[in-house]
Amino acid sequence: MATVRIPKVLQAQTGGQPEVEAAGSNVGEVLRALTAAHPDTGAQLFGEEGELNRYVNVYLNDEDVRVLDGLDTAVSDGDTVVILPAMAGG
Amino acid sequence: MATGAETKQQVEEIEPFEAAQEIESGDVVLIDTREPHEFQEARIEGGKLVPPGLLGDEIATAAPDKSARTILYCRSGNRSYKAAEQMEALGYTDVASMAGGILLWQEQGLPVVATDGMTPEQRDRYSRHTLLPEVGVDGQLKMLNAKVLLLGAGGLGAPTALYLAAAGIGTIGLVDDDVVDASNLQRQVIHNTERIGVPKTTSARLTIEALNPDVNVVEHQMRLNAENILELIEDYDVIVDGADNFPTRYLLNDASVRLRKPVVSASILSFDGQISTFVPFEGPCYRCLYPTPPPAELAPSCSANGVLGVMAGTMGTLQANEVLKLVIGIGEPLVGRLLLYEALGTRFTELKVRRDPECPICGPDVAEIPESEMGKFPDYDAFCAG
Repeated sequence: MATVRIPKVLQAQTGGQPEVEAAGSNVGEVLRALTAAHPDTGAQLFGEEGELNRYVNVYLNDEDVRVLDGLDTAVSDGDTVVILPAMAGG
Repeated sequence: MATGAETKQQVEEIEPFEAAQEIESGDVVLIDTREPHEFQEARIEGGKLVPPGLLGDEIATAAPDKSARTILYCRSGNRSYKAAEQMEALGYTDVASMAGGILLWQEQGLPVVATDGMTPEQRDRYSRHTLLPEVGVDGQLKMLNAKVLLLGAGGLGAPTALYLAAAGIGTIGLVDDDVVDASNLQRQVIHNTERIGVPKTTSARLTIEALNPDVNVVEHQMRLNAENILELIEDYDVIVDGADNFPTRYLLNDASVRLRKPVVSASILSFDGQISTFVPFEGPCYRCLYPTPPPAELAPSCSANGVLGVMAGTMGTLQANEVLKLVIGIGEPLVGRLLLYEALGTRFTELKVRRDPECPICGPDVAEIPESEMGKFPDYDAFCAG
């Protein structure tokens, strides 16, 4: 199981939970497990073709998955997947 | 009398602003023809001290090339004039005396540095800084000579400006077109109840002036746009992004990369904060981190969603910390790192940010931007609405 860290703007879609445990062997599977458990998160993470939305940053531990293998990046037990939104509040 | 007037015409005299332009352009030997104690107090950066009584002995060392462009200055312009005459007699061919001396130079707002270099009041005021070996007098002087531009005099800008002002940042520019509203005061601690309805830049200036008279506050009561941004940021050393909207953040990024200005960027929303420092071409830029702005429903604002007031203080003072490190040149700024802060869990998380090899703004294939393209930016409002 991996831990998915949910940003405040998405917590309304996870029943207020800041972290969700999700199973999967890679980042894509972990995020799919998240959207299966909390369907409202799906539309914000994935586009119509099932690709990760360009404005969503996803990190495996402290590394951007864009510089790893994207959604195919392997996930081990105990890893943390961070969903990061851009914020403009000042 | 007549002889004196004729002699006077032989030496070229230039105005301080002309001297400043020449010094800026580089190929100038700058000679300070005052006494050492005057030089200690304040001098023009790059000036070499050659006191009048020692000119015959020392000028050959300070200005070995007799054909080099040489500018002389003193306190008011008399001693440098006489020294210039002496140098011409010694065979120097391109000597000018700065009229009005360092007094007129300072009167016209041109910068000076102090060698030892602070007034007694400043030594006292900044003693807790200068005691730190990492800062010292040199670091404090760097702060006193630094120019920092704050984008937004609101939630983030308020604490950042207060701490930068207290630290003795010599020039603080404030960009904001808003006026103080009662709903700002839960977090924008630089303003107060009496200032409701007053422009934020003015309110912030009044607070800063009361805190530290060393700080020169420049009010830019305007909204940043593609037409004014390059001119606005050009004069500053470090930019602090506390803007409340995505178009301004992308515009600032693109302009600051073009002008190679470091940006300390933070944002806050509800209980969450983010901060990173973007140093163009040394680390990633804002677009490397966020290539595409989020749609409106994922980009709520503080006015719509709320923000815990102290979040502005936490993230704003982290921004001030980054600025001071950049100005002094110490420590490790958040270059290539994004720091997240979650106030509810009291948790900090650090993420790596890489330069994007395909970044359209700072990617390695981005050529030197031609003059004709400078100041041309995409339609950020449309870009961010998409």
